[in-house]
Amino acid sequence: MTVAARPAQIRTEAETALAGFLAARPEVQNGPAGEAQRKAAGVFALKGLPHRRVEAWHYTDLRSLMREAWPLAAASASAKAPAREGLRVMIIDGVCAVLPASSPPGIKFTALRDAMASGGGTFAAQLFPDIGADDSPAALNAALARDGVVIEIAAGVKADAPIEIHFTTSAGAPRSEYPRCLVIAGAGSSLTLSETHASAARVQRNSALVCWLSEGAQVEHVFHTGDAAPEQHIATLLGDIGAGAGFQSFALVAGGSLLRRQCFIRQSGERAKIGLRGVSLLKGKQHADTTLVIDHAVPRGESRELFKHIITGSASGVFQGKVLVRPHAQKTDGGMKSQTLLLSGEAAMSNKPELEIFADDVVCGHGATVGQLDTDQLFYLMTRGLPKAQAEGLLIEAFAREAIEFVGNGDLRESCAAALTRWLETLN
Amino acid sequence: MNKSMLEIRNLHASVGGKEILKGLTLSVKAGEVAAVMGPNGSGKSTLSYVIAGRAGYEVTQGDVLLDGESVLAMAPNERAAKGLFLAFQYPLEIPGVTTHTFLRTAMNAQRRARGEAELTTADFMKVMNAASGKLGIARDMLRRGLNVGFSGGEKKRLEVLQMALLEPRFGILDETDSGLDIDALRIVAEGVNALRTKERGFLVITHYQRLLDHIVPDSVHVLSAGRIVKSGGKELAHELEKNGYRDYVADAA
Ligand SMILES: Nc1ncnc2c1ncn2[C@@H]1O[C@H](COP(=O)(O)OP(=O)(O)OP(=O)(O)O)[C@@H](O)[C@H]1O
Ligand SMILES: [Mg+2]
Repeated sequence: MTVAARPAQIRTEAETALAGFLAARPEVQNGPAGEAQRKAAGVFALKGLPHRRVEAWHYTDLRSLMREAWPLAAASASAKAPAREGLRVMIIDGVCAVLPASSPPGIKFTALRDAMASGGGTFAAQLFPDIGADDSPAALNAALARDGVVIEIAAGVKADAPIEIHFTTSAGAPRSEYPRCLVIAGAGSSLTLSETHASAARVQRNSALVCWLSEGAQVEHVFHTGDAAPEQHIATLLGDIGAGAGFQSFALVAGGSLLRRQCFIRQSGERAKIGLRGVSLLKGKQHADTTLVIDHAVPRGESRELFKHIITGSASGVFQGKVLVRPHAQKTDGGMKSQTLLLSGEAAMSNKPELEIFADDVVCGHGATVGQLDTDQLFYLMTRGLPKAQAEGLLIEAFAREAIEFVGNGDLRESCAAALTRWLETLN
Repeated sequence: MNKSMLEIRNLHASVGGKEILKGLTLSVKAGEVAAVMGPNGSGKSTLSYVIAGRAGYEVTQGDVLLDGESVLAMAPNERAAKGLFLAFQYPLEIPGVTTHTFLRTAMNAQRRARGEAELTTADFMKVMNAASGKLGIARDMLRRGLNVGFSGGEKKRLEVLQMALLEPRFGILDETDSGLDIDALRIVAEGVNALRTKERGFLVITHYQRLLDHIVPDSVHVLSAGRIVKSGGKELAHELEKNGYRDYVADAA
């Protein structure tokens, strides 16, 4: 039997609906941004939704998990929220609804829809970098992105207060949305970026954040999806890290029935430091996948990854970490760790650390552990009067805190710790 | 008061399908310090774990009563709430939980179990600083992970600190003297002696007379092959120091 070649992988109900969204896109400009979006649409048309035979999606079979594609969120004019104190951007139903009323010198906020209307070739290349471009869900975001925010921080500017991008929805029927945000950190600038996700309706969110760090820029990114998390969420982080720059990203994941976080980070300048860490708290039937691709394209880069999963019920976690060290990237120093606590017999974890090293003078290592709470430690704590649940909580908290301690901003660190405590309370 | 506080009646217990305690009977009165001595592997730690309620230690016969009430069906924390405390022969290391946080959590857990209000930070600091000062425990140790990287002697001091803070009604010390230097032994013994009252009982497991010079026992019991084979006064410990266990091991075998 021969199988007819089928370049187009549009088969399922969801894929057909998504192809319809692409076809019905409002006419994009002929400029470079429009060109990039057409190219991204082509990637999706060719690949469709990824499934288990696509290596990077082996443990998260999106084609079968995403049965239908909910209608695109309408850009509702009612999607307005009061501006708050602090530098907070609100993306509601995929639309940039709130920008900070005023911003400190050297920091500029622009709604993506406005930036796209006027941006040239440089802007298009920044918004649609060639990092992770052949991942079809990421391409889908690129093709369908219409709004979000662009944050530019000028060279040498140090932002004291964290900038928050908060994604949420209005109430109502199920919908899907494709917001995209761009952060451009000038040389020597520093910035703390908090990315928080919530929703007030059933939502399929496919969000992307693109970060460009020029020479010496220092960016701390804290991703938090919690109590009112989107039901299905694909969150893509694309980063280009310049010489001597530092990019630290931490993710606290709790909630949502399906989450795929994928980070494609390219070290493009020497002596850049990359730190990716996170804690995923999974229960019920939740499925959360963290996939990292770190591309050491030039010498003397450093990367550290530490991901902790705490899984109970019949939830499942995935950690995939690929560290690519290209032939010229000598003196790369990489270390990746994945540690998992399984709290129930049906909880599951899949680990796939990968090192692809083409340079000979590098130090790279990885380790993955999956275990249960230590019964001897539990007994010891209980002999001191701690009820079992409290003793377990203390051990789980200690396990997760080791990663949370890496959050540099005190307020954000505390809010991650508080989210952990809240989650633990829901277990009892 | 002559009623026994801790009463162990014909206790049979197995670990991993192997019977370790084989009909052990022992009773300790309020105000009494009972020393238990015995060769390696005779079942001393097993006895302490069975009393504290460790999983995997199966009691096949007999009973353990505290103040006339059987503790065998209780979880370890319920036994702790009733006033039982075990100072471990090998205290566990718990990374990520600072000693300070742990002590406070434990004190408050027991206060809650007794229906008392939790300690304020100031009150906790006061009692903890006083108690750790007496035991020669440095402040920076309390900021480290519980028992993590502590020396053998430091761990034992910390066990006694926990006992001093939790003020149990009945304390079991499993080889608390091992790993202690001569000065620490005296300090720790003073810590235990300070807790000796008419209402409180102790079971002190040791291999050496030296500890019993400092914590003078009211009774001494020889445990061999899972049973108490001889009981006597403090002079029995001296005799053991001189002659070893040969008379008793032969009996039991
Ligand atoms: N999990 C287990 N499975 C089988 N046998 C065990 C287990 N744990 C302990 N034992 C055995 O039980 C016996 C008693 O051990 P226990 O630790 O109570 O002795 P001990 O009197 O405290 O010795 P020591 O003086 O060395 O501390 C030993 O022979 C030991 O090997
Ligand atoms: Mg022992």
